Amino acid sequence: MPISQRIKTPGFYALLAATVLFLMFTRSIGGTFGFFLLFGIPLFCMTPLPPYASQGEKIWQYAYLATCTIIFLFLILPILIIIPLSFNAEPYFSFTEGMMRLDPEAYSFRWYADIFRFGMTAPDAVEGWWTDMWNNATWIRAFRNSFFLAIASTALATFLGTLAALGLSRPEMPYRSAITSLLISPMIVPLVITATGMFFFYGGTMQGVIPGYPDGLAKTYLGLVLAHTTLGVPFVIITVTATLSGFDRSLIRASQSMGANGFTTFFKVIMPLILPGMISGALFAFITSLDEVVAVIFMADVDQRTIPRQMFSGLREQISPTILAVATILVLMSIMLLTTVELLRRRSEKLRGLSPG
Amino acid sequence: MTDAAQSSDVLVAYDGTPLKQQLAKTTRRMKFRALLLTMPLVLFIIVSFVLPIGDMLFRSLHNPTGSNVAPNFAEAIQKWDGEDYPSDDIIKIFVEDLATARKNREVGKTVGNLATRVNYEIPGSRSLFTKTARRAGKITEGPYLDALIKIDKKWENKNVWVTLKRVTRDYTLSFYLAATDRKYDENESIVRADELYRIYLPILWKTIWLSALITFLCFIIAYPVAYLLSTLPLRTSNLLMILVLLPFWTSLLVRTSAWIAMLQKEGILNNVFVYLGFIGDEHRIQMIYNATGTVISMVHILLPFMILPLYSVMKTIPPSYMRAAKSMGASNFLAFRRVYFPQTIPGIAAGVLLVFILAIGYYITPALVGGNDGLLISNLIANHIQRTLNWSLGAALGTILLVVVLVLYWIYNKLVGVDNLKFG
Amino acid sequence: MKLTKLLAGSAIGLAMVMSTSAANAAGELTVVSWGGAYTKSQVEAYHKPFIEKTGVKINSEDYNGGIAEIKAQVEAGNVTWDIVDVELSDAIRACDEGLLETIDHSALPAGADGTPATEDFIEGTLYDCAVANIVWSTIFAYDSSKIADGPKTMADFFDTAKFPGKRGLRKGAKVNLEFALMADGVAAKDVYSVLETPEGVDRAFAKLDTIKDDVVWWEAGAQPPQLLADGEVAMTTAYNGRIFNAVAGEGKPFEIVWDGQVWDLDLWVIPKGAKNKETAMDFLKFSTATEQLAAQASWISYGPARKSSAPLVGKYHNQDIDMGPQMPTAPNNLTNAVQNNFEFWADNADQLTERFNAWLAN
Repeated sequence: MPISQRIKTPGFYALLAATVLFLMFTRSIGGTFGFFLLFGIPLFCMTPLPPYASQGEKIWQYAYLATCTIIFLFLILPILIIIPLSFNAEPYFSFTEGMMRLDPEAYSFRWYADIFRFGMTAPDAVEGWWTDMWNNATWIRAFRNSFFLAIASTALATFLGTLAALGLSRPEMPYRSAITSLLISPMIVPLVITATGMFFFYGGTMQGVIPGYPDGLAKTYLGLVLAHTTLGVPFVIITVTATLSGFDRSLIRASQSMGANGFTTFFKVIMPLILPGMISGALFAFITSLDEVVAVIFMADVDQRTIPRQMFSGLREQISPTILAVATILVLMSIMLLTTVELLRRRSEKLRGLSPG
Repeated sequence: MTDAAQSSDVLVAYDGTPLKQQLAKTTRRMKFRALLLTMPLVLFIIVSFVLPIGDMLFRSLHNPTGSNVAPNFAEAIQKWDGEDYPSDDIIKIFVEDLATARKNREVGKTVGNLATRVNYEIPGSRSLFTKTARRAGKITEGPYLDALIKIDKKWENKNVWVTLKRVTRDYTLSFYLAATDRKYDENESIVRADELYRIYLPILWKTIWLSALITFLCFIIAYPVAYLLSTLPLRTSNLLMILVLLPFWTSLLVRTSAWIAMLQKEGILNNVFVYLGFIGDEHRIQMIYNATGTVISMVHILLPFMILPLYSVMKTIPPSYMRAAKSMGASNFLAFRRVYFPQTIPGIAAGVLLVFILAIGYYITPALVGGNDGLLISNLIANHIQRTLNWSLGAALGTILLVVVLVLYWIYNKLVGVDNLKFG
Repeated sequence: MKLTKLLAGSAIGLAMVMSTSAANAAGELTVVSWGGAYTKSQVEAYHKPFIEKTGVKINSEDYNGGIAEIKAQVEAGNVTWDIVDVELSDAIRACDEGLLETIDHSALPAGADGTPATEDFIEGTLYDCAVANIVWSTIFAYDSSKIADGPKTMADFFDTAKFPGKRGLRKGAKVNLEFALMADGVAAKDVYSVLETPEGVDRAFAKLDTIKDDVVWWEAGAQPPQLLADGEVAMTTAYNGRIFNAVAGEGKPFEIVWDGQVWDLDLWVIPKGAKNKETAMDFLKFSTATEQLAAQASWISYGPARKSSAPLVGKYHNQDIDMGPQMPTAPNNLTNAVQNNFEFWADNADQLTERFNAWLAN
């Protein structure tokens, strides 16, 4: 097995084994059980066993719930841990001793300040710092680019995607499967391939094709908006079609029978019902664009760098906790977006009578 | 429909045409309307996505450098039968083309471009061309071959001429050969590259193997969690679902940075190990900038794509099946293996395929935490597009990866159906 | 309805982007260099006096070498870089491929002592499309506070038994193969003739094999001093100026080993079709004048490419350190040194990079 030899993952297995061994030996068997119980209990309270469960089943249940708890921790801990780390007073990606002692001196906002100051020509100037920051601060520029791209491509993706989903969910739609596969494919095809193709096509082949863009679309905002729209479309299609699948089509006929034309039917009947789906689709497209780096790496100019692009070069070259400060802001934003989508989903399920409320 | 008009018992519409015909017409119109709604997006995707990928396919086969730099020679050399050397007339055209290209210095049509192109096929021959071009203007009379050999002995090598004949044809398979660690030898037959220079196939296999490992780990980890989520009361599972969805909604770069903070030598995990006295300060474990780092962070990143399809399938399995099995005397394990597990296979297929497809084309995470042995095929593609500038080779590698992914996508579509993709 | 708001929002966003890009149009120059301490030395010695003299606004950008970006810009016809600091082999290749403006050597200013530019520049520093500014070198360095009786020769760098610990190397074939051969006992003057044979290449890779498991690879010039400072490596190859600046500027206890150094040139090139070509040319002339080259040497330990600058090289800008002995070209540092052979690398870079990558991945 030459290939498996090449994959050096002893560290990974060592890690797994280490955790188990650590629990088994350093803290004695009783301690290990304590640990499992500690992590299993919150879940256990939520899943009462039937009264006839045997002793063995109870232990099995504890172990199972403890495993699940560890998996949940694996999922969430890395994301939460960067939040305190971003307040590090030292330029490291790690907790200092002072931080462990909860020494207020060891915590600071300097990396958050750095988001605003880095790249400014005169960060300490009394006058004109606002324009300076707005135009020159590297991260501020990245935030502006990211939001501009995300908003523009979301609008376009939502419009085109909803329209197409309306067609796709009609029972008489021909070639549905083929067309759906085509429209979903930007999500499946590796980003490197998409970005390579776009780099060739937008930059080279399109030279002189579009009026006003003699050099093609490489290094233009238009090119990036098109790229991000393409990548966001599948998400809109998926969410809106899912919403439409629970949609009662007799409502359309009812509306038409009462004399409503296509537009009225859409805006008064269809849209209010699929709006939650549209908005979550839009949010998916938004977060896709906000998170997308590969196309930006291949096609954007330095001035057009987005947040993830800036993070990418930061992580590659000079790791600084500023990245963690930005990451914390992004995590808070994700929590907000996720909450919105969840609320919308529940609302939509309630509308369709799928949820107990 | 001639007999329809004859028989009177056929149903007709208000205008006298047979109802069947009228219905067909209406259906066609409705189909057309449905199609019309999707058309703007289909056109958009074709222009913004399908054509770019087509462009990439085209470039992997089409490399006109040779005929751009030396247009007359490109035509003339094709007449050479490969015996002996090309005639002095052909070589004269070559010398003239070189001199012209050197004088014009037009972007994309310089001697340097030709030299780079030939250098892909015969490494180390770059300076042969730049050097010769510098003196090409001074060669005024034949025999031209001897004049060239006087400039550099390498022109005696017939392989140079054979290669020139090959690279001046616009369509070539050279880059696919290179992408599969193969090349042409002097006799124009295809041979494997020297073992020390084989890189692409091993990396492709490694990519497939690592993706499989990641998929497997995702499956192992996702199954119990998805089961838990599907059996808990809706209110609780919705709450826990947030723990799955938050990573899903968090930026890839954020999660990668988080794993760098967790796994690096001075990182949190190592610190915890050292603090607990589990390892010495000198023996911190290298968990990142290698395949281990790639696997751990990619499992974390792709886990939601496994949990969600599993969960949506498990939710539809009534718990009474398991109870029925047990009431008939099956042990817990047997009931699980014979009754529950088979019903989750559609979810497994969906999750496994999706994770594998996404893993095989991953670029960002391996680029940041992969070090050297954690690099995947995507990283090589990006390297050729951005650094070595061998675009045709990058395109050929991209095409190979694309074919692999499309085959998997086709299987996914057959087994699961794209319309069954859901998030949350 | 929501859509109209979104559209309006994006229109406003677009307008904002447009307005800022329109604000900076005239009197601008984009200068691209290697970042960190090196760019700082150029900012101090070239940019600041140039801005003062002409009022041109300079955008300073960083990159990690290579001609990919220049090629992409020139071929797309959208050249946003005006003047770029490149390595010699890259300058030659880019020039061969027609990606650069040709530079009229007679337009370069004469030396401070009146010598014409063509004679004032050290031999081999003026090319059709490129003008050298400095001589720099890849050396290796270690932290003297951690290794008491430090390494002296290139062979020591590869000797992990004698000097345990990780090694930092630039990720790529260039320079590493030369180092490996010298460590294996090849004399500096024979390095390229050995490397031109397949056996020589095998020999170099075999030598690299001996430390492969201990190598931490770096890509940006700013990384090696950081790796040393963090204790990630016991010794690392680096650009000599970066190490010098960590010592002089930040008081780090690093020691440079000059044995087996591979020195090279950095040159200014102007991408073909640069938007501010005239200004770029003015900047090139200004920055490669005697005085500026000498001034740069007081910010970083790279040798000026003009003979007339040498006598003007003094001390480090804020400390009592003579810069002369810190230069790659100082006689004491040249006892076992080799100049990077650009022709060899122009010919073999593709193939050796491929082999290097295959070697790395296995």
